[in-house]
Amino acid sequence: MSSFKIFDIAGSGMSAQSVRLNTVASNLANADSVSGDPNTVYRARHPVFQAEDPQPGAGDQANVGVKVQGVQLSTAAPSSHYDPGNPLADQQGYVYAPAVNVVEEMVDMISASRSYQNNVEVLNTARNLMLATLKLGQ
Amino acid sequence: MPLDLDGYLGIHQRALALEAQRTEVLAANLANADTPGYKARDIDFKAELAAAGHGSSTSNGTSGSGGVDLSTDKATLKYRVPLAPALDGNTVDSQLEQSAFAENSVRYQATLTLLNSKLRNLMTAITGQ
Repeated sequence: MSSFKIFDIAGSGMSAQSVRLNTVASNLANADSVSGDPNTVYRARHPVFQAEDPQPGAGDQANVGVKVQGVQLSTAAPSSHYDPGNPLADQQGYVYAPAVNVVEEMVDMISASRSYQNNVEVLNTARNLMLATLKLGQ
Repeated sequence: MPLDLDGYLGIHQRALALEAQRTEVLAANLANADTPGYKARDIDFKAELAAAGHGSSTSNGTSGSGGVDLSTDKATLKYRVPLAPALDGNTVDSQLEQSAFAENSVRYQATLTLLNSKLRNLMTAITGQ
């Protein structure tokens, strides 16, 4: 029995949630990064989570961690603002702001941090249980 | 008379293995709390433990009433019936998994304590002190 798999599983959860926190940080930091061209404006990033593939032969009975399948760029259209004084403005005096929903990102951040804490708690508990098992019979 | 260690330790060996496996299952559920389409799973602890107890008395007649069949190493995983599944197909309820995890770790520690006291009794008998 491979008890050490718990560490892999909880670790995969922590790393996936930290990727999510990273994308939230990136989205929030760039929420006001305007551009003069709607094609080059920043696009919100969101990670896509997927359950890890079980080891061959294990079938659906295996416990799997989580992995980040990829980071998807938002396809939402950027909003345009009339700001002729901005050095980045285009010929018509418009600048384009990324379609980042700040409230949504904050909620995503809280969710990610709670999930991260969950995984840390699992890791700590599993560690304590294993250390107690090591002392069995002493 | 040879010492029947399996019979002496009784159901606790299998219980410890089951609890360790359940820790892993619940850890996987919690790690996949935000994975679209992931279905939460768990072990039917009572049924598995009962099966382990029965399995020993029929398959290998060596161990006594409280004996354990260690050949069935892994318990069968079952899908949890979701209370409120998410729209993305995920059925993990973090709060439920957290409480199950806490309960399971207490059970694990209880089993460890019971095993420990059994081993200590044995040591007392061996050393005769």
